[in-house]
Amino acid sequence: MVEKDGCVKPVKGPLLPSLDPAKGAQAAPEKEVSKMQVRVGGEAVDFETSAFIAGKGFQPVKLSDYKGKWIILCFYPGDFTFV
Amino acid sequence: MYKELKALDVEVLSMSTDSRFVHKMWQEHELSKMVKGGVPFPMLCDPGGRIGAIYGVYDESAGVNIRGRFIIDPDFKIRAMEVLTPEVGRNPKEQIRQIKAFQHVRATGEVMPSGWEPGQPTLKPGPDLVGKVWEVWKP
Repeated sequence: MVEKDGCVKPVKGPLLPSLDPAKGAQAAPEKEVSKMQVRVGGEAVDFETSAFIAGKGFQPVKLSDYKGKWIILCFYPGDFTFV
Repeated sequence: MYKELKALDVEVLSMSTDSRFVHKMWQEHELSKMVKGGVPFPMLCDPGGRIGAIYGVYDESAGVNIRGRFIIDPDFKIRAMEVLTPEVGRNPKEQIRQIKAFQHVRATGEVMPSGWEPGQPTLKPGPDLVGKVWEVWKP
């Protein structure tokens, strides 16, 4: 199925259990959402977002799709920057 | 480098606050000129830095994610994190060393002394090793 890809497409972002209404959670206050919630030795926080993949184009990616493998997750400031 | 990571069964995911359209342009107009065929891993979007904030790498004043790198094991546990301010790039060699070390720990339960490189002796923790590390590890 070819997904319609408009200019603006909402992404789910972090999938925190505390934000899951199915688990009876109320929407967490904004401050709570922006706090660091990972630590070494702890579970990775799942998320779902859009991605560009060479040869495949635009696709949604969920971190937990890669569960069972070793993952390197790299954040960087921006495309077309210098380092 | 990516081939080496693939051989170690590692998936690489990159993420910035840029949109997927910008990722595509960057890949086509610059990255593909640095790396043959462009970067082979998924380039993820983090609009508003919401994911970066959870991972502790979102810089609110600049509105971008700084350089943070996380190693996640097959049980979905975070094994390592390294966060740098943007001016300095990362060292993929060190990343591979850490992956190899964590994979070895997972397979054998043995641990690595400081400065360990693949192929060097590892340590088997237990009562017999107490006070005897000097016998096996001579950096």
